[in-house]
Amino acid sequence: MARMKFLCDADRCIECNACVTACKNANEVPWGINRRRVVTINDGKPGERSVSMACMHCNDAPCAAVCPVDCFYTTADAVVLHNKDLCIGCGYCFYACPFGAPQYPKLGNFGSRGKMDKCTYCSGGPEGADGSPAEFARYGANRMAEGKLPLCAEMCSTKSLLAGDGEIIAQIYKERVLKRGYGSGSWGWQTAYQESINV
Amino acid sequence: MSSLALVKRIVLAGVFALSMHAASAQTLPDDSAGRPAAPATGLNTDKVEVHEQQLLGEMRKLQGFITIPDTRAATLVQPDGRSWRDYRRGPLLWITAACVLGMLALLLVFYAVKGEIKIAGGRGTATLLRFGAFERFMHWLTAASWCILAISGLNVVAGRAVLLPLMGNDAFSLFSTWAKYSHNFLAFPFIAGIVLMFLVWLRHNIPNKIDVEWFKQGGGFIGNKHPPSEKFNGGQKVVFWIVVLGGGALTVTGLALMFPFYVTDITGMQLAQLAHGGVALLMIAAMLGHIYIGSVGMEGAFDAMKDGRVDLKWAREHHSLWAAKELAKSGDTSPHPAE
Repeated sequence: MARMKFLCDADRCIECNACVTACKNANEVPWGINRRRVVTINDGKPGERSVSMACMHCNDAPCAAVCPVDCFYTTADAVVLHNKDLCIGCGYCFYACPFGAPQYPKLGNFGSRGKMDKCTYCSGGPEGADGSPAEFARYGANRMAEGKLPLCAEMCSTKSLLAGDGEIIAQIYKERVLKRGYGSGSWGWQTAYQESINV
Repeated sequence: MSSLALVKRIVLAGVFALSMHAASAQTLPDDSAGRPAAPATGLNTDKVEVHEQQLLGEMRKLQGFITIPDTRAATLVQPDGRSWRDYRRGPLLWITAACVLGMLALLLVFYAVKGEIKIAGGRGTATLLRFGAFERFMHWLTAASWCILAISGLNVVAGRAVLLPLMGNDAFSLFSTWAKYSHNFLAFPFIAGIVLMFLVWLRHNIPNKIDVEWFKQGGGFIGNKHPPSEKFNGGQKVVFWIVVLGGGALTVTGLALMFPFYVTDITGMQLAQLAHGGVALLMIAAMLGHIYIGSVGMEGAFDAMKDGRVDLKWAREHHSLWAAKELAKSGDTSPHPAE
Protein backbone atom coordinates (compact mmCIF):
# COMPACT_ATOMS: atom_id res chain seq x y z
CA MET A 1 0.00 0.00 0.00
CA ALA A 2 1.07 3.52 -0.72
CA ARG A 3 2.09 5.90 2.03
CA MET A 4 -0.25 8.84 1.45
CA LYS A 5 1.06 12.34 2.14
CA PHE A 6 0.27 15.99 1.52
CA LEU A 7 2.83 18.35 0.04
CA CYS A 8 2.41 22.09 -0.26
CA ASP A 9 4.70 23.83 -2.73
CA ALA A 10 4.69 27.28 -1.09
CA ASP A 11 6.34 28.84 -4.14
CA ARG A 12 3.17 28.06 -6.11
CA CYS A 13 0.46 28.77 -3.54
CA ILE A 14 -1.43 31.96 -4.37
CA GLU A 15 -3.52 32.02 -1.16
CA CYS A 16 -6.77 31.63 -3.05
CA ASN A 17 -8.21 29.50 -0.25
CA ALA A 18 -10.01 27.27 -2.74
CA CYS A 19 -8.65 24.20 -0.91
CA VAL A 20 -10.29 25.48 2.29
CA THR A 21 -13.59 25.98 0.50
CA ALA A 22 -13.36 22.64 -1.28
CA CYS A 23 -12.70 20.86 2.00
CA LYS A 24 -15.63 22.54 3.72
CA ASN A 25 -17.93 21.70 0.83
CA ALA A 26 -16.77 18.12 0.27
CA ASN A 27 -17.06 17.23 3.93
CA GLU A 28 -19.95 19.51 4.98
CA VAL A 29 -17.79 20.77 7.84
CA PRO A 30 -19.75 22.77 10.45
CA TRP A 31 -19.24 26.48 11.12
CA GLY A 32 -16.11 27.33 13.05
CA ILE A 33 -14.25 24.22 12.00
CA ASN A 34 -11.45 24.46 9.47
CA ARG A 35 -9.91 21.15 8.63
CA ARG A 36 -7.66 22.98 6.20
CA ARG A 37 -6.41 26.55 6.27
CA VAL A 38 -3.95 28.75 4.41
CA VAL A 39 -1.30 30.54 6.47
CA THR A 40 0.76 33.33 4.95
CA ILE A 41 4.29 33.87 6.22
CA ASN A 42 5.88 37.33 5.86
CA ASP A 43 2.54 38.74 4.72
CA GLY A 44 3.08 41.82 2.56
CA LYS A 45 6.86 41.65 2.86
CA PRO A 46 9.59 40.32 0.57
CA GLY A 47 9.75 36.57 0.96
CA GLU A 48 6.00 36.19 1.43
CA ARG A 49 4.89 32.57 1.13
CA SER A 50 1.52 30.96 1.63
CA VAL A 51 1.14 27.40 2.80
CA SER A 52 -2.02 25.32 2.81
CA MET A 53 -2.02 23.24 5.96
CA ALA A 54 -4.17 20.48 7.40
CA CYS A 55 -3.49 17.23 9.21
CA MET A 56 -0.25 15.85 7.72
CA HIS A 57 -1.03 12.27 8.80
CA CYS A 58 2.33 12.01 10.56
CA ASN A 59 4.50 9.00 11.12
CA ASP A 60 4.10 7.91 14.75
CA ALA A 61 1.45 10.62 15.09
CA PRO A 62 1.78 12.79 18.23
CA CYS A 63 -2.02 13.11 18.56
CA ALA A 64 -2.37 9.33 18.74
CA ALA A 65 0.48 9.13 21.22
CA VAL A 66 -0.95 11.63 23.71
CA CYS A 67 -4.65 10.70 23.44
CA PRO A 68 -5.74 9.60 26.94
CA VAL A 69 -8.37 7.22 25.55
CA ASP A 70 -6.45 5.89 22.52
CA CYS A 71 -9.11 6.89 19.98
CA PHE A 72 -6.76 7.19 16.96
CA TYR A 73 -5.94 4.57 14.38
CA THR A 74 -3.94 4.45 11.16
CA THR A 75 -5.36 3.10 7.90
CA ALA A 76 -3.51 0.90 5.43
CA ASP A 77 -2.75 4.10 3.44
CA ALA A 78 -1.01 5.51 6.56
CA VAL A 79 -3.85 8.00 7.03
CA VAL A 80 -4.39 8.96 10.69
CA LEU A 81 -8.08 8.77 11.66
CA HIS A 82 -9.96 8.83 14.95
CA ASN A 83 -13.15 7.47 16.49
CA LYS A 84 -15.58 10.18 17.65
CA ASP A 85 -17.44 7.70 19.86
CA LEU A 86 -14.32 7.34 22.00
CA CYS A 87 -13.05 10.94 21.90
CA ILE A 88 -13.63 12.76 25.21
CA GLY A 89 -12.76 16.23 23.87
CA CYS A 90 -9.83 16.80 26.23
CA GLY A 91 -7.88 18.86 23.70
CA TYR A 92 -4.55 17.09 24.24
CA CYS A 93 -4.18 16.25 20.55
CA PHE A 94 -4.22 19.98 19.80
CA TYR A 95 -1.32 20.58 22.23
CA ALA A 96 0.69 17.77 20.66
CA CYS A 97 -0.15 18.37 17.00
CA PRO A 98 2.69 20.25 15.27
CA PHE A 99 0.24 21.56 12.63
CA GLY A 100 -2.77 22.72 14.64
CA ALA A 101 -4.95 20.20 12.83
CA PRO A 102 -7.45 19.11 15.52
CA GLN A 103 -10.63 21.21 15.61
CA TYR A 104 -13.39 21.36 18.22
CA PRO A 105 -17.02 22.33 17.63
CA LYS A 106 -17.48 24.20 20.93
CA LEU A 107 -15.75 27.13 22.58
CA GLY A 108 -13.86 25.13 25.16
CA ASN A 109 -14.95 26.58 28.49
CA PHE A 110 -14.99 23.94 31.21
CA GLY A 111 -13.39 21.55 28.79
CA SER A 112 -16.64 21.29 26.84
CA ARG A 113 -14.98 21.24 23.46
CA GLY A 114 -17.15 18.52 21.96
CA LYS A 115 -15.80 15.71 19.82
CA MET A 116 -12.60 16.52 17.98
CA ASP A 117 -12.76 16.89 14.19
CA LYS A 118 -9.89 16.94 11.75
CA CYS A 119 -8.84 16.24 8.17
CA THR A 120 -9.51 12.62 7.26
CA TYR A 121 -7.61 12.74 3.97
CA CYS A 122 -11.13 12.33 2.55
CA SER A 123 -11.12 8.82 4.02
CA GLY A 124 -14.29 9.00 6.11
CA GLY A 125 -14.20 7.29 9.48
CA PRO A 126 -15.03 4.15 11.43
CA GLU A 127 -18.81 4.62 11.28
CA GLY A 128 -21.03 2.62 8.93
CA ALA A 129 -20.01 1.37 5.49
CA ASP A 130 -17.61 3.33 3.29
CA GLY A 131 -19.46 6.29 1.85
CA SER A 132 -22.60 5.69 3.92
CA PRO A 133 -24.73 8.65 5.08
CA ALA A 134 -23.85 7.84 8.71
CA GLU A 135 -20.13 8.05 7.94
CA PHE A 136 -20.59 11.24 5.93
CA ALA A 137 -22.57 12.95 8.70
CA ARG A 138 -19.86 12.45 11.31
CA TYR A 139 -16.60 12.26 9.39
CA GLY A 140 -17.27 13.69 5.93
CA ALA A 141 -16.53 12.34 2.49
CA ASN A 142 -14.84 9.04 1.75
CA ARG A 143 -13.29 9.78 -1.62
CA MET A 144 -10.43 7.37 -1.01
CA ALA A 145 -12.92 4.48 -1.01
CA GLU A 146 -13.97 5.66 -4.48
CA GLY A 147 -10.33 5.70 -5.63
CA LYS A 148 -10.10 9.50 -5.53
CA LEU A 149 -7.63 11.74 -3.73
CA PRO A 150 -8.63 14.49 -1.26
CA LEU A 151 -10.63 17.23 -2.98
CA CYS A 152 -8.43 20.08 -1.69
CA ALA A 153 -5.41 18.82 -3.63
CA GLU A 154 -7.42 17.55 -6.61
CA MET A 155 -8.82 21.00 -7.34
CA CYS A 156 -5.82 23.17 -6.43
CA SER A 157 -5.61 25.63 -9.35
CA THR A 158 -1.82 26.01 -9.32
CA LYS A 159 -1.18 22.41 -8.27
CA SER A 160 0.63 23.81 -5.27
CA LEU A 161 -1.07 21.35 -2.96
CA LEU A 162 -0.29 17.77 -3.89
CA ALA A 163 -1.77 14.62 -2.40
CA GLY A 164 -0.87 11.04 -3.14
CA ASP A 165 1.85 8.48 -2.63
CA GLY A 166 4.65 10.24 -0.78
CA GLU A 167 7.35 9.05 -3.13
CA ILE A 168 5.49 10.19 -6.25
CA ILE A 169 4.62 13.68 -5.00
CA ALA A 170 8.18 14.09 -3.68
CA GLN A 171 9.45 13.27 -7.17
CA ILE A 172 7.09 15.81 -8.76
CA TYR A 173 8.27 18.47 -6.31
CA LYS A 174 11.92 17.59 -6.95
CA GLU A 175 11.48 18.02 -10.71
CA ARG A 176 9.79 21.38 -10.21
CA VAL A 177 12.56 22.68 -8.00
CA LEU A 178 15.22 21.54 -10.47
CA LYS A 179 13.41 23.18 -13.36
CA ARG A 180 12.71 26.55 -11.76
CA GLY A 181 15.90 26.69 -9.69
CA TYR A 182 14.48 27.35 -6.24
CA GLY A 183 12.19 25.84 -3.63
CA SER A 184 11.30 26.76 -0.10
CA GLY A 185 11.01 23.14 0.92
CA SER A 186 8.30 20.61 1.56
CA TRP A 187 6.62 22.42 4.46
CA GLY A 188 6.05 20.25 7.49
CA TRP A 189 7.69 17.13 6.09
CA GLN A 190 10.63 17.19 8.48
CA THR A 191 8.25 17.51 11.42
CA ALA A 192 5.67 15.04 10.14
CA TYR A 193 7.77 12.38 8.43
CA GLN A 194 11.32 13.11 9.69
CA GLU A 195 12.54 13.62 6.14
CA SER A 196 12.94 16.46 3.71
CA ILE A 197 13.14 16.41 -0.06
CA ASN A 198 16.72 17.02 -1.05
CA VAL A 199 17.22 18.39 -4.51
CA MET B 1 4.26 59.26 8.48
CA SER B 2 7.91 60.12 8.92
CA SER B 3 9.68 61.92 6.10
CA LEU B 4 12.01 58.95 5.57
CA ALA B 5 9.07 56.59 5.02
CA LEU B 6 7.54 59.09 2.64
CA VAL B 7 10.71 59.26 0.53
CA LYS B 8 10.86 55.44 0.51
CA ARG B 9 7.30 55.30 -0.75
CA ILE B 10 7.89 57.76 -3.55
CA VAL B 11 11.02 55.89 -4.70
CA LEU B 12 9.19 52.58 -4.62
CA ALA B 13 6.31 54.01 -6.62
CA GLY B 14 8.77 55.36 -9.18
CA VAL B 15 10.56 52.02 -9.53
CA PHE B 16 7.24 50.27 -9.93
CA ALA B 17 6.07 52.63 -12.66
CA LEU B 18 9.36 52.30 -14.54
CA SER B 19 9.32 48.52 -14.37
CA MET B 20 5.74 48.36 -15.61
CA HIS B 21 6.81 50.45 -18.56
CA ALA B 22 9.85 48.24 -19.23
CA ALA B 23 7.80 45.05 -19.01
CA SER B 24 5.24 46.23 -21.49
CA ALA B 25 7.77 47.69 -23.92
CA GLN B 26 10.02 44.70 -24.50
CA THR B 27 9.94 40.92 -24.46
CA LEU B 28 12.03 39.43 -21.71
CA PRO B 29 15.38 37.92 -22.67
CA ASP B 30 15.99 34.28 -21.78
CA ASP B 31 18.81 33.27 -19.47
CA SER B 32 21.32 30.55 -20.28
CA ALA B 33 19.06 27.80 -18.86
CA GLY B 34 16.30 28.79 -21.25
CA ARG B 35 14.10 30.27 -18.49
CA PRO B 36 12.67 33.71 -18.98
CA ALA B 37 14.49 36.14 -16.68
CA ALA B 38 12.42 37.61 -13.94
CA PRO B 39 11.52 41.25 -14.48
CA ALA B 40 14.05 43.44 -12.68
CA THR B 41 11.53 45.28 -10.58
CA GLY B 42 12.90 44.56 -7.14
CA LEU B 43 9.39 43.54 -6.22
CA ASN B 44 9.61 39.91 -7.33
CA THR B 45 9.19 38.12 -4.04
CA ASP B 46 10.14 34.77 -5.56
CA LYS B 47 13.72 35.96 -5.68
CA VAL B 48 13.83 36.20 -1.88
CA GLU B 49 14.87 32.76 -0.76
CA VAL B 50 12.61 31.31 1.90
CA HIS B 51 13.30 27.96 3.49
CA GLU B 52 11.03 26.28 5.95
CA GLN B 53 13.86 24.59 7.84
CA GLN B 54 15.79 27.86 8.12
CA LEU B 55 12.72 29.69 9.42
CA LEU B 56 12.03 26.92 11.93
CA GLY B 57 15.62 27.08 13.11
CA GLU B 58 15.24 30.80 13.76
CA MET B 59 11.80 30.86 15.32
CA ARG B 60 11.01 27.41 16.82
CA LYS B 61 7.47 27.77 15.52
CA LEU B 62 6.13 29.30 12.33
CA GLN B 63 3.37 31.84 12.60
CA GLY B 64 1.72 33.82 9.89
CA PHE B 65 -1.39 35.58 8.71
CA ILE B 66 -4.76 33.88 8.28
CA THR B 67 -8.11 35.03 6.93
CA ILE B 68 -10.24 33.10 9.46
CA PRO B 69 -11.10 34.36 12.97
CA ASP B 70 -9.51 31.42 14.83
CA THR B 71 -6.18 32.96 15.87
CA ARG B 72 -4.79 29.57 16.92
CA ALA B 73 -4.82 28.59 13.25
CA ALA B 74 -2.14 31.22 12.54
CA THR B 75 0.49 28.88 13.94
CA LEU B 76 1.61 26.93 10.90
CA VAL B 77 4.15 24.51 12.38
CA GLN B 78 5.09 24.01 16.03
CA PRO B 79 7.56 21.11 16.36
CA ASP B 80 7.46 21.59 20.16
CA GLY B 81 4.28 19.50 20.07
CA ARG B 82 6.56 16.51 19.61
CA SER B 83 8.62 17.47 22.66
CA TRP B 84 5.45 17.80 24.71
CA ARG B 85 4.31 14.40 23.55
CA ASP B 86 7.71 12.88 24.36
CA TYR B 87 7.45 14.27 27.90
CA ARG B 88 3.94 12.93 28.27
CA ARG B 89 4.80 9.46 27.01
CA GLY B 90 8.13 9.22 28.86
CA PRO B 91 9.17 11.22 31.94
CA LEU B 92 5.60 11.94 33.07
CA LEU B 93 4.82 8.22 33.39
CA TRP B 94 8.02 7.67 35.40
CA ILE B 95 7.26 10.63 37.69
CA THR B 96 3.77 9.19 38.17
CA ALA B 97 5.12 5.76 39.06
CA ALA B 98 7.66 7.29 41.45
CA CYS B 99 5.15 9.60 43.16
CA VAL B 100 2.35 7.06 43.54
CA LEU B 101 3.86 3.56 43.61
CA GLY B 102 7.19 4.74 45.06
CA MET B 103 5.48 6.65 47.86
CA LEU B 104 3.14 3.75 48.65
CA ALA B 105 6.10 1.37 48.81
CA LEU B 106 7.96 3.78 51.08
CA LEU B 107 4.99 4.04 53.42
CA LEU B 108 4.61 0.27 53.46
CA VAL B 109 8.25 -0.15 54.44
CA PHE B 110 7.89 2.55 57.10
CA TYR B 111 4.79 0.86 58.50
CA ALA B 112 6.55 -2.53 58.54
CA VAL B 113 9.51 -1.06 60.43
CA LYS B 114 7.86 1.44 62.73
CA GLY B 115 4.30 0.17 62.94
CA GLU B 116 1.53 2.37 64.31
CA ILE B 117 2.84 5.12 66.56
CA LYS B 118 0.96 4.39 69.82
CA ILE B 119 -0.15 6.65 72.61
CA ALA B 120 2.15 5.77 75.52
CA GLY B 121 0.10 3.74 78.03
CA GLY B 122 -2.95 3.60 75.75
CA ARG B 123 -5.88 5.97 75.31
CA GLY B 124 -7.22 7.94 78.25
CA THR B 125 -10.76 9.14 78.93
CA ALA B 126 -10.22 12.91 78.83
CA THR B 127 -10.49 14.62 75.43
CA LEU B 128 -9.68 18.04 74.07
CA LEU B 129 -11.37 19.90 71.18
CA ARG B 130 -8.78 20.18 68.43
CA PHE B 131 -10.78 21.15 65.34
CA GLY B 132 -14.19 22.84 65.37
CA ALA B 133 -16.98 21.97 62.94
CA PHE B 134 -15.96 24.62 60.41
CA GLU B 135 -12.32 23.55 60.42
CA ARG B 136 -13.38 19.96 59.82
CA PHE B 137 -15.77 21.06 57.08
CA MET B 138 -13.11 22.92 55.12
CA HIS B 139 -10.65 20.08 55.57
CA TRP B 140 -13.06 17.46 54.25
CA LEU B 141 -14.31 19.75 51.49
CA THR B 142 -10.75 19.97 50.22
CA ALA B 143 -9.93 16.33 50.94
CA ALA B 144 -13.01 14.84 49.26
CA SER B 145 -12.71 16.94 46.12
CA TRP B 146 -8.95 16.35 46.06
CA CYS B 147 -9.40 12.57 46.07
CA ILE B 148 -11.62 12.66 42.97
CA LEU B 149 -9.39 15.24 41.31
CA ALA B 150 -6.34 13.08 41.94
CA ILE B 151 -7.96 9.91 40.61
CA SER B 152 -9.43 11.60 37.53
CA GLY B 153 -6.12 13.38 36.94
CA LEU B 154 -4.13 10.16 37.23
CA ASN B 155 -6.60 8.63 34.77
CA VAL B 156 -5.62 11.19 32.13
CA VAL B 157 -1.94 10.39 32.63
CA ALA B 158 -1.92 6.64 33.15
CA GLY B 159 -5.47 5.40 32.54
CA ARG B 160 -4.66 4.41 28.97
CA ALA B 161 -1.83 2.16 30.19
CA VAL B 162 -3.54 0.79 33.31
CA LEU B 163 -7.33 0.88 32.97
CA LEU B 164 -7.91 0.72 29.21
CA PRO B 165 -6.69 -2.89 28.83
CA LEU B 166 -8.96 -3.90 31.72
CA MET B 167 -12.10 -1.97 30.74
CA GLY B 168 -12.05 -1.97 26.94
CA ASN B 169 -12.38 1.11 24.71
CA ASP B 170 -16.06 1.96 25.15
CA ALA B 171 -16.31 1.60 28.93
CA PHE B 172 -13.00 3.38 29.47
CA SER B 173 -14.04 6.24 27.20
CA LEU B 174 -17.32 6.68 29.10
CA PHE B 175 -15.49 6.56 32.42
CA SER B 176 -12.93 9.09 31.18
CA THR B 177 -15.67 11.45 30.00
CA TRP B 178 -17.19 11.52 33.48
CA ALA B 179 -13.76 11.70 35.08
CA LYS B 180 -13.05 14.76 32.95
CA TYR B 181 -16.30 16.48 33.93
CA SER B 182 -15.77 15.73 37.61
CA HIS B 183 -12.21 17.04 37.33
CA ASN B 184 -13.44 20.29 35.81
CA PHE B 185 -16.32 20.92 38.21
CA LEU B 186 -14.80 19.67 41.49
CA ALA B 187 -11.92 22.04 40.91
CA PHE B 188 -14.10 24.78 42.38
CA PRO B 189 -14.87 23.22 45.82
CA PHE B 190 -11.17 22.33 45.95
CA ILE B 191 -10.16 25.95 45.30
CA ALA B 192 -12.69 27.14 47.92
CA GLY B 193 -11.26 24.67 50.45
CA ILE B 194 -7.70 25.84 49.77
CA VAL B 195 -8.66 29.49 50.22
CA LEU B 196 -10.55 28.78 53.47
CA MET B 197 -7.74 26.70 54.95
CA PHE B 198 -5.24 29.38 54.03
CA LEU B 199 -7.28 32.11 55.74
CA VAL B 200 -8.22 30.12 58.86
CA TRP B 201 -4.96 28.27 59.52
CA LEU B 202 -2.36 30.79 58.30
CA ARG B 203 -1.73 32.22 61.80
CA HIS B 204 -0.92 28.73 63.13
CA ASN B 205 1.48 27.97 60.30
CA ILE B 206 4.12 30.70 60.46
CA PRO B 207 7.45 28.88 60.84
CA ASN B 208 9.31 29.62 64.11
CA LYS B 209 12.14 28.38 66.35
CA ILE B 210 10.02 25.60 67.85
CA ASP B 211 9.79 24.06 64.36
CA VAL B 212 13.58 24.14 63.95
CA GLU B 213 13.91 22.20 67.19
CA TRP B 214 11.13 19.83 66.08
CA PHE B 215 13.00 19.02 62.87
CA LYS B 216 16.32 18.66 64.74
CA GLN B 217 14.72 15.96 66.86
CA GLY B 218 13.38 14.21 63.75
CA GLY B 219 9.79 15.12 64.52
CA GLY B 220 9.47 12.20 66.89
CA PHE B 221 9.49 9.78 63.97
CA ILE B 222 13.08 8.75 64.64
CA GLY B 223 13.44 7.41 68.17
CA ASN B 224 10.65 7.82 70.70
CA LYS B 225 11.08 11.43 71.69
CA HIS B 226 8.21 13.86 71.32
CA PRO B 227 9.57 17.33 70.61
CA PRO B 228 7.31 20.14 71.84
CA SER B 229 4.92 21.68 69.36
CA GLU B 230 2.10 24.18 69.11
CA LYS B 231 -1.22 23.56 67.31
CA PHE B 232 0.69 22.46 64.22
CA ASN B 233 4.15 20.92 64.36
CA GLY B 234 6.91 21.51 61.81
CA GLY B 235 5.81 18.62 59.62
CA GLN B 236 2.21 19.78 59.58
CA LYS B 237 3.34 23.28 58.66
CA VAL B 238 5.22 21.80 55.70
CA VAL B 239 2.03 19.98 54.66
CA PHE B 240 0.08 23.26 55.04
CA TRP B 241 2.47 25.13 52.75
CA ILE B 242 2.58 22.27 50.24
CA VAL B 243 -1.21 22.34 50.09
CA VAL B 244 -1.51 26.12 49.89
CA LEU B 245 1.32 26.75 47.41
CA GLY B 246 0.75 23.53 45.45
CA GLY B 247 -3.01 24.11 45.43
CA GLY B 248 -2.41 27.69 44.31
CA ALA B 249 -0.21 26.53 41.44
CA LEU B 250 -2.76 23.89 40.48
CA THR B 251 -5.49 26.55 40.54
CA VAL B 252 -3.62 28.91 38.23
CA THR B 253 -2.50 26.25 35.75
CA GLY B 254 -5.81 24.39 36.00
CA LEU B 255 -7.84 27.50 35.15
CA ALA B 256 -5.53 28.13 32.19
CA LEU B 257 -6.24 24.58 31.00
CA MET B 258 -9.96 24.88 31.65
CA PHE B 259 -10.25 28.08 29.64
CA PRO B 260 -7.85 27.16 26.84
CA PHE B 261 -6.16 29.92 24.83
CA TYR B 262 -7.87 32.73 26.77
CA VAL B 263 -4.66 34.01 28.30
CA THR B 264 -1.93 32.09 26.54
CA ASP B 265 -0.87 30.51 23.26
CA ILE B 266 0.00 26.93 22.36
CA THR B 267 3.39 27.04 24.11
CA GLY B 268 1.71 28.38 27.26
CA MET B 269 -0.88 25.60 27.14
CA GLN B 270 1.86 22.97 26.90
CA LEU B 271 3.76 24.52 29.82
CA ALA B 272 0.55 24.80 31.87
CA GLN B 273 -0.15 21.11 31.40
CA LEU B 274 3.46 20.24 32.21
CA ALA B 275 3.37 22.27 35.45
CA HIS B 276 -0.14 21.10 36.40
CA GLY B 277 0.81 17.44 36.10
CA GLY B 278 4.19 17.82 37.81
CA VAL B 279 2.91 19.80 40.80
CA ALA B 280 -0.13 17.52 41.15
CA LEU B 281 2.05 14.41 41.26
CA LEU B 282 4.36 15.86 43.91
CA MET B 283 1.26 16.82 45.88
CA ILE B 284 -0.16 13.31 45.53
CA ALA B 285 3.06 11.93 47.01
CA ALA B 286 2.92 14.41 49.91
CA MET B 287 -0.77 13.75 50.56
CA LEU B 288 -0.26 9.99 50.63
CA GLY B 289 2.16 10.61 53.50
CA HIS B 290 -0.37 12.96 55.14
CA ILE B 291 -3.16 10.39 54.81
CA TYR B 292 -0.92 7.67 56.19
CA ILE B 293 0.09 9.54 59.34
CA GLY B 294 -3.46 10.77 59.87
CA SER B 295 -4.93 7.27 59.72
CA VAL B 296 -3.12 3.95 60.17
CA GLY B 297 0.25 5.52 60.95
CA MET B 298 -0.62 7.02 64.34
CA GLU B 299 -3.02 6.06 67.08
CA GLY B 300 -5.46 8.83 67.96
CA ALA B 301 -4.55 11.13 65.06
CA PHE B 302 -7.70 10.52 63.01
CA ASP B 303 -9.97 11.63 65.89
CA ALA B 304 -8.92 15.22 65.27
CA MET B 305 -10.71 15.22 61.91
CA LYS B 306 -13.43 12.69 62.84
CA ASP B 307 -15.32 14.46 65.61
CA GLY B 308 -12.72 17.08 66.35
CA ARG B 309 -11.91 15.82 69.87
CA VAL B 310 -8.53 14.23 70.56
CA ASP B 311 -7.26 12.17 73.46
CA LEU B 312 -5.65 14.45 76.04
CA LYS B 313 -2.68 12.12 76.36
CA TRP B 314 -2.20 12.22 72.57
CA ALA B 315 -2.40 16.01 72.61
CA ARG B 316 0.22 16.23 75.38
CA GLU B 317 2.55 13.90 73.48
CA HIS B 318 2.32 15.48 70.04
CA HIS B 319 1.25 19.08 70.64
CA SER B 320 2.44 19.76 74.19
CA LEU B 321 2.49 23.56 73.98
CA TRP B 322 -0.94 23.70 72.35
CA ALA B 323 -2.44 21.27 74.90
CA ALA B 324 -1.06 23.30 77.81
CA LYS B 325 -2.53 26.48 76.32
CA GLU B 326 -5.94 24.91 75.76
CA LEU B 327 -6.02 23.53 79.29
CA ALA B 328 -5.08 26.91 80.73
CA LYS B 329 -7.94 28.44 78.70
CA SER B 330 -10.52 25.94 79.91
CA GLY B 331 -9.24 26.46 83.46
CA ASP B 332 -10.45 30.09 83.19
CA THR B 333 -13.70 31.06 84.89
CA SER B 334 -15.04 32.76 81.78
CA PRO B 335 -16.30 30.30 79.18
CA HIS B 336 -14.45 30.26 75.84
CA PRO B 337 -16.01 29.46 72.51
CA ALA B 338 -14.55 26.49 70.73
CA GLU B 339 -11.75 27.42 68.43
